[in-house]
Amino acid sequence: MFSYCTDPSTLSGLTWLSCYLTTGKHIAFYASFGTVMLLLAITAPAALTFGFLGAMAARSHIAPLRWIGKIYTAMVRGIPDIAFFLFVPIALDQGLEYLRHRWKCPDWGEAVRQGNDFVVCAEAKLPLSTAPQWVHEGYGFTLAVLAFAFVFGAFAANVLYGAMQAVPKAQIETAAAYGMTQRQSFWRILVPQMWVYALPGLSNLWQILVKATPLLFLLGIEDIVYWARELGGSKTARFSDYPHGDWRMWYFLGLLVFYLLLTWLSEKGFSRLMTRLSHGQATMAGEAQRKAAA
Amino acid sequence: MSCTETIQDYALRSIGFGERLLPRSDFTLCEQFVLIGSGLIWNVYFGAFALIFGFFLATAVALGKASPNAALRKPAEWFIFVFRGSPLFIQFFLAYFFFIQLKALSSFFDPFTSAWLGALVVLFLNTSAYAGEIFYGALRSVPKGDLEAADAYGLSGWTKFRRVTWPTMLRLAWPSYTNEAIFLFHATTLVFFAGFPAFQQRGDALYYAQYFADKTFNPFIPYPIVAFYFILLTLSVIAVFGTINRRLNRHLVAVDRPKLRVRPNLLR
Repeated sequence: MFSYCTDPSTLSGLTWLSCYLTTGKHIAFYASFGTVMLLLAITAPAALTFGFLGAMAARSHIAPLRWIGKIYTAMVRGIPDIAFFLFVPIALDQGLEYLRHRWKCPDWGEAVRQGNDFVVCAEAKLPLSTAPQWVHEGYGFTLAVLAFAFVFGAFAANVLYGAMQAVPKAQIETAAAYGMTQRQSFWRILVPQMWVYALPGLSNLWQILVKATPLLFLLGIEDIVYWARELGGSKTARFSDYPHGDWRMWYFLGLLVFYLLLTWLSEKGFSRLMTRLSHGQATMAGEAQRKAAA
Repeated sequence: MSCTETIQDYALRSIGFGERLLPRSDFTLCEQFVLIGSGLIWNVYFGAFALIFGFFLATAVALGKASPNAALRKPAEWFIFVFRGSPLFIQFFLAYFFFIQLKALSSFFDPFTSAWLGALVVLFLNTSAYAGEIFYGALRSVPKGDLEAADAYGLSGWTKFRRVTWPTMLRLAWPSYTNEAIFLFHATTLVFFAGFPAFQQRGDALYYAQYFADKTFNPFIPYPIVAFYFILLTLSVIAVFGTINRRLNRHLVAVDRPKLRVRPNLLR
């Protein structure tokens, strides 16, 4: 990176460190923090959408839909989330490939499952074997996002279902008395009011989501855990210009500090948001604010 | 090979008894059920021991955090902040590499680099922090009247704590503590994915499930089996904790007793 870095073996102390920390691999390591942030930015709204649909289904008047919603919200209580992270991407991948196989190669004679193999025709492969590298990486990342959204959607569905139940019944009854249809009272009365009740649960969920991001590593994404293991492992002078011992502990200490900062900052942010949302509300927090101002 | 033979060979495979070689091909449903169930021994082991040891440290941490003495309060607050604010996955990795460094210093630390002790230490500290925060919240909401009544009866110090404060704290904390226990058992599935090696392929339930999913390229059988086992485990945890909950609340009228409600608000 710097001009004096051409021969690292002559360097020492801080200059060595400044060169070491700016190697190409380290730049990739820093970029992988962006991957984590990207995952958070995409997964949070996606999980909220899944959660909203799940909560709506769980409240539905149509019995089969209600059962699906209930099962979806209940399963995260009994089954470890890591099992879903391992299951959802591979199941989705096979499901999509099977559908494409059916559509693209209708005359394929052999069975898709042959013993221990899952065989689809070459045109049905996802992504195609001829696709460039970034498509493969993007596809893996998309599957990871879907797995996260699926699991956290179930958590969010629990929170939103509770929030919908918490809205006072009188509000809905009044809406009915004004002649609103069920659909109208849901969208105009229930949904705008439920967010105040949902926010504590959703902020908790955000913290959980932040702490689940290192699991990206399990899904084969080159995330911060991958790079910390890669860079921290001991390097000999034969393979690297910067030989060093086993530094993985220090890299993971860095990750720990990163996550502590992230959760601490989110906590600050949410308490600010809660103060702002409570302003003028007929709740305990809102009343306390009013008294403090008076 | 019949299913009874499979059970004889693999039921205790995860703790090193029975057949050494894992099945390589033509996996039967029985083999998958037995091996994954065998792996569940590790999940129960990690969860149960971390909970039992963690219970005592959690009480100490909660008392420390509630202490007016800053020398006790600050360490307790930092302990809770560090273990609740960072992912368990990272804690596992960090601890594993830390123990490897220690191993170079003294052979006393050798067992810490294997999962049975090293991962247990991490889970123990982790659950102590989460449960400590729960107990701290409960400690703060012990009714004033109970403490005044204890004073009126002339109880003080240790006797007051043991007979009034502590049982009331446990009673109030128990529904949340049940959740913590459930999610601790779920968190044990991370052990063999986070640095700690599965010595001679002795892993936990999810480790074997992944083994089968990788070999057969069919996730639709092993993962539902894991799900089945964990639902059973969760139900047993709820049953055990429900019994304790009833005992803690046996002096209350039935309508006042808090119900156990499983809410997924704790996860690492």
